[in-house]
Amino acid sequence: MTLKNSSKTIPVGVIGVGSFGTAVANMLAEKSEVMVYARKQEVVDEINAQHTASGRSLDPSIRATFSPEELCRSCAVLFFMVPSAAFLEVTRLFAPHVHPYHLVIHGTKGLAVQLEPEESLDTVKKLRRNQILTMSEVILQETLAVRVGCLAGPNISKELSLGQPAATVVASKYNEVIQQGQHLLRSEKFQVYGNADIIGVELSGVLKNIIAIAAGALAGLGLGENAKGLLISRGIVEMAHLSKALGGSASSVMGLAGVGDLVTTCNSQDSRNFTLGFRLAKGETLEQILQTMDEVAEGVNTVRIVDAFIKTAGIRAPITENLHRVLFEDLSIEESLQFLMKYPFSVDVDFV
Amino acid sequence: MEENYIKHQYAPILPKKDEWPVVKLARERKEFILKVGDLAEQRIIGLLGKNPDVLKEELETTLYREKLRIKQNPWDVDPDDEVDFWKEIKTNLLQIHAEVALSKTKRLDAYQVVLKKITSRYAEEISSNFKASHYKFTRRVVTYGFSRLLNAARVKGFTSLFSNQYTLQDKIQITGQTDQIRDLATKGTIVMVPTHFSNLDSILIGWIISVLGMPPFIYGAGLNLFNISIFAYFMNALGAYKVDRRKKNLMYIETLKTYSKEAIQFGCHSLFFPGGTRSRSGIIESKLKLGLLSTAIEAQRANFQKGNGDGSGKIFIVPVTINYHFVLEAPVLIRDYLSMTGQERYYKENDEFSTSYKIFKFLLKFFTKGSDISVSIGKAMDVMGNFVDEEGNSRDKWGRLVDTREYFVSEGKVTVDTQREEEYTQMLGKRIVEEFHKINRVFSSHLVAFVAFELIKARNQKMDVFDLIRLPQEDIVVDYQEFKTGCQRVLDEIFELKAKGKIDAAPHLFKPMDEIIAHGLENVGMYHAKRPLIRDEAGNLTTEDLSLLYFYHNRLHGYDFEKLF
Repeated sequence: MTLKNSSKTIPVGVIGVGSFGTAVANMLAEKSEVMVYARKQEVVDEINAQHTASGRSLDPSIRATFSPEELCRSCAVLFFMVPSAAFLEVTRLFAPHVHPYHLVIHGTKGLAVQLEPEESLDTVKKLRRNQILTMSEVILQETLAVRVGCLAGPNISKELSLGQPAATVVASKYNEVIQQGQHLLRSEKFQVYGNADIIGVELSGVLKNIIAIAAGALAGLGLGENAKGLLISRGIVEMAHLSKALGGSASSVMGLAGVGDLVTTCNSQDSRNFTLGFRLAKGETLEQILQTMDEVAEGVNTVRIVDAFIKTAGIRAPITENLHRVLFEDLSIEESLQFLMKYPFSVDVDFV
Repeated sequence: MEENYIKHQYAPILPKKDEWPVVKLARERKEFILKVGDLAEQRIIGLLGKNPDVLKEELETTLYREKLRIKQNPWDVDPDDEVDFWKEIKTNLLQIHAEVALSKTKRLDAYQVVLKKITSRYAEEISSNFKASHYKFTRRVVTYGFSRLLNAARVKGFTSLFSNQYTLQDKIQITGQTDQIRDLATKGTIVMVPTHFSNLDSILIGWIISVLGMPPFIYGAGLNLFNISIFAYFMNALGAYKVDRRKKNLMYIETLKTYSKEAIQFGCHSLFFPGGTRSRSGIIESKLKLGLLSTAIEAQRANFQKGNGDGSGKIFIVPVTINYHFVLEAPVLIRDYLSMTGQERYYKENDEFSTSYKIFKFLLKFFTKGSDISVSIGKAMDVMGNFVDEEGNSRDKWGRLVDTREYFVSEGKVTVDTQREEEYTQMLGKRIVEEFHKINRVFSSHLVAFVAFELIKARNQKMDVFDLIRLPQEDIVVDYQEFKTGCQRVLDEIFELKAKGKIDAAPHLFKPMDEIIAHGLENVGMYHAKRPLIRDEAGNLTTEDLSLLYFYHNRLHGYDFEKLF
């Protein structure tokens, strides 16, 4: 009982009011008081006066602030719902105010890299595991918080806002974080599973973006459901191997954050990654597509990072390698598809 | 060549021995043991739940294992009444089992009484037997006796035996954060975590603690060491409590943890060898045994729970590395390591330290010949691995103040969450390993062993360690020039890492390369019957025992120097 009472009085913090942040804030507001952080004064005012954030409606009980200090002081549980491109910056902004007692749960799918000063993602050839950070590793590195968790799963914001049934995974090494996440988010329409393998869950969410691009490309080529089934199944095998190589467990790939999210994304026209693949197959170049996209499709960065990693670690991941050649080395989609069809896969499933 | 080790003896921080926590503990020994027995019992009940059947099964398992141990692996130190005690436990269990009419709670009560008997006995077995008078005597013997030997060997002439030109501190060099550990010892409780390569470590560390003017630490020493009378005396004098590695049952382990936790909470500075046993391979510990380490975290949380928020109940973790040119037990350790196929279950203790005579012989050699030892004291950390400043306050990597208590807070207050503390223990273990590598002090002997072995390995790329060891000695010759260039490459890399604070190097590594090599060859495993590395008539390098070379080489494992070959 004490849990419920205190979460009524101590607000839950949500950082970032993009589409996913807004959806999560609204779900949290069903049970708890919620305080959100937005970077711009006008967005804060909009939320407090009109209860909307960039046009998306917010629960009237939600208060907004642009002070990281106030948010951290008021809240014990923080949800970081920031796009991956801004993640490091926002985390550093909050770092001085985050204490060891804070529980931090993030919902960002992406990887960060630590490069030598003279390197960039365009030029880097070698990436070791210790140069690659998942978002939870960013939080651990930049702040004093240790009780860190992540949210991942097939959670299309639009559907969540409509109140359609869905589920998510809260992953953390700490039972406490999982329980708190379940307690705060669970509702009749929203199921929350727990997983202790946070790295595996984060990686599932990240790696599926690679497969999503490929799925878009197949659709763009006008190929049918057989091809999609083939891709998803081989994609899962590849994700499992990559996840293992990066320190996750293969079993998390089989869960909601892996298979669940992959199936959803590979069928969704709303996914930026899917769209990117689709347009590539229609003959546009990467440059042309990126120019007309307002946000970067996360999968592009993931392909680069993972490709550099597998070359350094000496492992093979055919789908990722071929996407990298298509995106950055002028291989045509058709050629890469042919290559994949000839690739000597012999065993169906070899990771379970 | 100025050596920056500590040459003076520090004044004691607590001059009156009555103020020493370990003396206070010894005074309250009886009550303390009772308390440990009680708390261990509660802890086990907490773990097993209040189910009489589960408890019964655990009791029976313990009984079975103890009887087996007594029969299969008896030691000199085992108490005489052991057989009778377990017989009695057996009778007790049978009696309870026979009384069918007992209700569930009554049965639980009855089993709990038996459990209490066992935990109390274990607590008594584990408990240290510290006597301040013995401690003083031992300290004097060690310091006086050793410095006599030392001077006899180094200062020439009849009066040498009485010369004070050399002290033990020239032989065993102490470097690092000595002032900090002294400061912190008055502000909180120290938990020292050293690397462990030799049985000598326990005594060495005991001596160092006394040189630094700190009150004696308590520490868990393998019960097997108490089989050897000379060690038993030293250990008791140094405040050791006994860890019996044969007893792997839940009840023993929980009692042991309770003992350690309560002693830390009592304010006793403690010492754990976090590797659990001596490093068999010669590699710096990279996987730690977390059992005892977890007690430091528990004790810290308990202190916060009791509201010692003013910092007096703070626990400081101090990593220490001990660096040797020569490890007496190396041949046995490495043989063990190589033959270890499965888990080390009933490891038979039988090594060079098996008799008092052998130890004496070693000490004589050690003090009359070269071969220095250095001990590096690392920076103190809180139980979460944050460094602490001179005031004992935790600081994060940007220097900001950290309140360690907050790691244990949820919903605004300090809570008990064993799963959380398990994770914290793992984090702390990782941090300690990191620090070990940073404060590890490279000796010339480590360098030459590493380079020689890597060159031999590079020449036989298809072979693993086991194949290499079977190579005939004639086939193992390393050209001196090639060897020298290899040493230079590794040394450059060592200095590069040293500049980044990731490793430490002994002052003798700043000499010209030929001198370093000569020094290294002279010292590496110097008292072994078969030398790990020597020069042949042609001036090239060869080995008399490759597995020993492998052992000394392993000291530089974990820095990625292998990539240079």
